Amino acid sequence: METAVEKTIIKVGLASCGIAAGAQEVYDRLEAYLAENPLPVQLKQTACIGMCFEEPVVELSGMPQGTITLGKVDADNIIPLINEYIQGGTPASHVILAENCDAPRNELLASQQRIVLSNCGVIDPTSLEDYESQGGYQALRKALAMTPEDIISVVKDAGLRGRGGAGFSTGVKWSFARVAPGDKKYVVCNADEGDPGAFMDRSVLEGDPHKIIEGMIIGALAIGADEGYIYCRAEYPLAVHHLNIAIQSATAKNYLGQDILGSGFNFSLKVKEGAGAFVCGEETALMHSIEGKRGMPTIRPPYPSESGLWELPTNINNVETWANIAWILLHGAEEFRKMGTKDSPGTKVFALAGKVAGSGLIEVPMGINIRDIIYKVGGGMKSALPFKAVQLGGPSGGCIPESLLDTLVDYESINATGAIMGSGGIVVMDTGTCIVDVARYFLNFTQNESCGKCTFCRLGTLRMLEILTRITQGKGEMEDLQRLEDLAMNINKSSLCGLGQSAPNPVLTTLRYFRDEYIAHIEEKRCPAKVCSALLSYRIVEDKCIGCTLCARVCPVNCISGSVKNPHVIDQELCIRCGECFKACKFDAIVRE
Amino acid sequence: MHKDHVNLDALMYKYRDQKGALIPLLQEVQDLEGYLNPDTMRYISAKLDIPVAEIYGVATFYSMFRLKPQGKHIIRICKGTACHVSDVDAIKTALMDYLKLGQGEDTTQDFRFTLVEVACLGCCSLAPVIMIDDHTYGKLTPDAIAGILDKYAY
Ligand SMILES: Cc1cc2nc3c(=O)[nH]c(=O)nc-3n(C[C@H](O)[C@H](O)[C@H](O)COP(=O)(O)O)c2cc1C
Ligand code: SF4
Ligand code: SF4
Ligand code: SF4
Ligand code: FES
Ligand code: FES
Repeated sequence: METAVEKTIIKVGLASCGIAAGAQEVYDRLEAYLAENPLPVQLKQTACIGMCFEEPVVELSGMPQGTITLGKVDADNIIPLINEYIQGGTPASHVILAENCDAPRNELLASQQRIVLSNCGVIDPTSLEDYESQGGYQALRKALAMTPEDIISVVKDAGLRGRGGAGFSTGVKWSFARVAPGDKKYVVCNADEGDPGAFMDRSVLEGDPHKIIEGMIIGALAIGADEGYIYCRAEYPLAVHHLNIAIQSATAKNYLGQDILGSGFNFSLKVKEGAGAFVCGEETALMHSIEGKRGMPTIRPPYPSESGLWELPTNINNVETWANIAWILLHGAEEFRKMGTKDSPGTKVFALAGKVAGSGLIEVPMGINIRDIIYKVGGGMKSALPFKAVQLGGPSGGCIPESLLDTLVDYESINATGAIMGSGGIVVMDTGTCIVDVARYFLNFTQNESCGKCTFCRLGTLRMLEILTRITQGKGEMEDLQRLEDLAMNINKSSLCGLGQSAPNPVLTTLRYFRDEYIAHIEEKRCPAKVCSALLSYRIVEDKCIGCTLCARVCPVNCISGSVKNPHVIDQELCIRCGECFKACKFDAIVRE
Repeated sequence: MHKDHVNLDALMYKYRDQKGALIPLLQEVQDLEGYLNPDTMRYISAKLDIPVAEIYGVATFYSMFRLKPQGKHIIRICKGTACHVSDVDAIKTALMDYLKLGQGEDTTQDFRFTLVEVACLGCCSLAPVIMIDDHTYGKLTPDAIAGILDKYAY
């Protein structure tokens, strides 16, 4: 075998998503192989480039063919693939990205603008040197030479708005904390990411922890804080692990600690793990949780900037917000404003999931429309069934129909639809998804997660849930729609925190855009998406049934009769509509209606 | 009372000067003892001079805390949106069947597994997803469950 002089660098994506898809096995196989076969190769780990649908992902670089990225590799096929590359070739299959030739996903990456995700899937997140090699901590050096007021001005001028959901101006928020009286102040990073269907923050925490830390140091410098906390959900163990490594190495290099880089500025940072409560993503609840108490929201004002952690001035921002700071400091407000729209400058990271082909993480300029996100960046629908709705903003958000797909992604345009930008979860649904079931699902979620402090949030959501359940069981009545709307209004008005205030959104948006589907459930006792099991019935088509008896054998209540080689019949009185027979029949002889 | 408070004392010592340490302390105590039993909570209360009601209040507020013995391995099943629309319910049924859990039960008789529901595991594009201890499994089918769980010996 001819050994190349050039050194190949192999990077395996070992974020928790990649590991779940089998990337650890790929890494272990490579490690064992390289131990036995000394090759001019450096094996590295990185996190996630966000192409979830291609995981496990491996990047090869260093050879004249340029960088190529392989997708859907496994422990068996990886060895021949890397050998081909090391010998100067380009594998014929599995290539998803390539520098010097066409590859299926080149366009996907080209359609994005990566600030927050720039290092994710590129650097080894456990290596401070890797981060520094991408310009890491240069923004901090620059900030240390500026006055706090100037730092705040840059962030204000950039027009950065909080990425945690509400979209409040970050620079303005910082200035409140800056002017708040007191010499002990805190900064907090909200890494609770509780919205089901959202995983942007996890990827950044796992893939580029220093970027968040650098942003927080700059923020602390600007407002005059000497202590910070990253509140990370406990369901993200790898994120916590990478954060701790990053804090340790940043402290060792004096980016954190006392007299940072000789500037006289002190700042220390700790990770606090959540303990499993969605409401702790709400800022006041989160701070109570850091204090070691029950994470119940409290009424604002006072805002955290006046009275936050331990009643001291505190500035809290979301992971993605913090991850924008270093870039803004380094490139300036004007450059930042070149992306996005006038009122929503910059980019936004979205987590695309559900029935979309290219599920994963994307970072796109604000102002793109939702249709382009799904059909261009996301590659369209995954399933054979047509598009039905897209859910934005999780349990506080709403479902947008086809007719509104041209809505622009900026805070105001999305709010106008009744959904919200939220933290960035986008779940695409096809016609196989029942919209009433989705609304019920979200109400069930918020009902479970309500902290119970406000009566309307606690009991109102329960009432809504009961009504929705009734409708999915075919026991609804038309008056229920009005009842839902009345309850929604009351819950929204009388809830203390955003959880309760926005809990009705999924119901309100679906009632607005998919009212027909509610009516089909109520008046025709029909679930158009064929999801609500109580509204379905199963029937054997005589001509198609060959009498194989399989269905009769799987039926849990023995309500299918018939003899071998003769058509079978379902006793509709006894049938519990479990669908087992439907799934079992190999001759499409059973219809579901 | 407790046979052995040494480990507990060591944990309390570790967190002695930290602000807001109750939650991480309880988390480590739970890791140590498997769950938070009333004796332990009373012991911590006396020792740290925190009212029992406050400790109990925290322990019941957060879903991570368990007030009864739990299995050696924790299976977290995702109930997030992406998993919901990818029929995670079928996975749950397969898990319940394999673990022989009835309605309302979450821990196997031999204390090998405890099954809990969580909001979202952050690997939505691999839906449906479960997490066993710290390892995430994605793109599951009901048929794959037995093969995965078999790997976790008592
Ligand atoms: C119920 C509820 C849950 C929330 N969850 C999160 C979350 O997981 N992550 C987050 O950054 N913000 C969350 N927020 C918003 C925070 O309260 C807060 O607005 C945000 O952390 C501010 O940061 P930003 O200005 O950078 O967006 C939540 C709010 C509510 C009402
Ligand atoms: S609105 Fe709901 S979650 Fe928020 S404080 Fe009130 S009861 Fe708690
Ligand atoms: S499984 Fe299908 S073909 Fe076989 S007996 Fe049942 S309906 Fe007929
Ligand atoms: S739906 Fe279930 S209960 Fe009804 S006939 Fe089929 S297997 Fe039997
Ligand atoms: S594969 Fe990592 S976020 Fe999806
Ligand atoms: S919805 Fe299941 S992992 Fe996110």
